[in-house]
Amino acid sequence: MNFTLKIWRQKNKNDKGRFASYEIRDVSPDASFLEMLDILNEGLAKKGEEPVAFDHDCREGICGSCGIVIDGRAHGPGRGIATCELRMRSFRDGATIVAEPWRAKPFPVIKDLVVDRTSFDRIMYAGGYISTKTGGVPDGNAIPIPKPVAEEAMDAAACIGCGACVAACPNSSAMLFVGAKVSQLALLPQGQVERKERALRMVEQMDAEGFGNCSNTFACEAECPKEISVAHIARLNREFIRAKVT
Amino acid sequence: MKSLFAFFSSSIGKKIVMSLTGLFLCTFLAEHVAGNFLLFMNDNGAMYDAYTEFMSHNIVIRTIEIVLAVSLVGHSISGVIVWLKNRRSRSENYKVYKLQENTPLASRITMITGSFIFLFLVVHLRTFFVPTRFGTEAVSPYTLVVQSFSNEWYSAFYIVALIFLSYHLRHGFQSAFQTLGLKNKKYSRLLDWLAVIFWLLIPLGFASMPIYFAFFYKAGPAALVLGVQ
Ligand code: SF4
Ligand code: FES
Repeated sequence: MNFTLKIWRQKNKNDKGRFASYEIRDVSPDASFLEMLDILNEGLAKKGEEPVAFDHDCREGICGSCGIVIDGRAHGPGRGIATCELRMRSFRDGATIVAEPWRAKPFPVIKDLVVDRTSFDRIMYAGGYISTKTGGVPDGNAIPIPKPVAEEAMDAAACIGCGACVAACPNSSAMLFVGAKVSQLALLPQGQVERKERALRMVEQMDAEGFGNCSNTFACEAECPKEISVAHIARLNREFIRAKVT
Repeated sequence: MKSLFAFFSSSIGKKIVMSLTGLFLCTFLAEHVAGNFLLFMNDNGAMYDAYTEFMSHNIVIRTIEIVLAVSLVGHSISGVIVWLKNRRSRSENYKVYKLQENTPLASRITMITGSFIFLFLVVHLRTFFVPTRFGTEAVSPYTLVVQSFSNEWYSAFYIVALIFLSYHLRHGFQSAFQTLGLKNKKYSRLLDWLAVIFWLLIPLGFASMPIYFAFFYKAGPAALVLGVQ
């Protein structure tokens, strides 16, 4: 397959950045989007040009490192996939594909398609943890948790922290990410001790980082590679109100 | 006081204000449309005039009226603050951004629909509320309705405003429950049905009034006196 790529190139944080056009030929339809970029970069390196910088690690949709806005969609077309899981067969042969970094004030571009997502880390430091005695491995089922609750918590825990929710949201809101993190711990007995402070502090940090306000358009849920439900945002709201009034 | 300020300055806090005030405004709409159906009593407005007379002198209603005004202002102000903040949160606009593939139209245009409704309210209050409440001479609200809606342009403006209202509530009503954390799998179906009352039935109910008076109403004696035909 052949494609024309329009890729955002930006030298560093302070550079203004611009789109550059590249032609790429004979790409296997089964190549992932990142593999296609690898091929492009090999060509660029051979010509002595600077390769396109992009984030990646596991390349199997579990680490949350990758993330590119492709043709106006976070992680590209298709549902429930990360950029590394996107195959070139999802595009028309000969298509022009536009690739841009996540765009949000709290995610400044470091280089090309790589953004700084430490704002998510700081939200996690603010309350995305439990304080517990870590001794030996506890017995399985030592703390009984009803199956539906465990399932719900597991669904929330599937969040890989990629930031697609922020990138897709018209308000650059991080509510789906924070909702998933707060939900996961609020549902389980281990999360009860810091339950109140967690909701308050994580929301406070989220606001301080400059993320926007959720307006319930639910673009996040549609683009999340882990299909995290906006029901977790409702739970975050509930947790926040609960913490405020009690 | 300090914690109240902190609450309002938090992102979720502002939205809770929006949802509570929004829902209160919804209950008002329900009451308003129900009362207005008295316009169709075919009694030359006797019951409708009596009803407005009662509403404007009842102490409970007058108190609620103040809450209503405060809600409207609170809803609008927090809406604008949230909207401005959201516009500032994107670092740079996307070259290609296919938001329309992921989101319903109504959810993307609340600021536009809201602003139009606000504009409509100014005109609406100027036409009906100001003369009946603050006017120097006594006017029959019913004749005012007949007079105003006999102008097709004025009626058309109402109908457009109601379409905007419908879109606003299509998103807003269920959105309020989501923000208050009251939406989950168990209730979301029920909420969707309840929402139909607000985004469809109520706007339709209101729209029936200008449509009726502009196109189907045959001027009764009261209107004739005023030279409306
Ligand atoms: S909620 Fe989904 S889109 Fe957002 S960070 Fe987690 S996995 Fe990524
Ligand atoms: S590279 Fe790990 S999720 Fe894509």
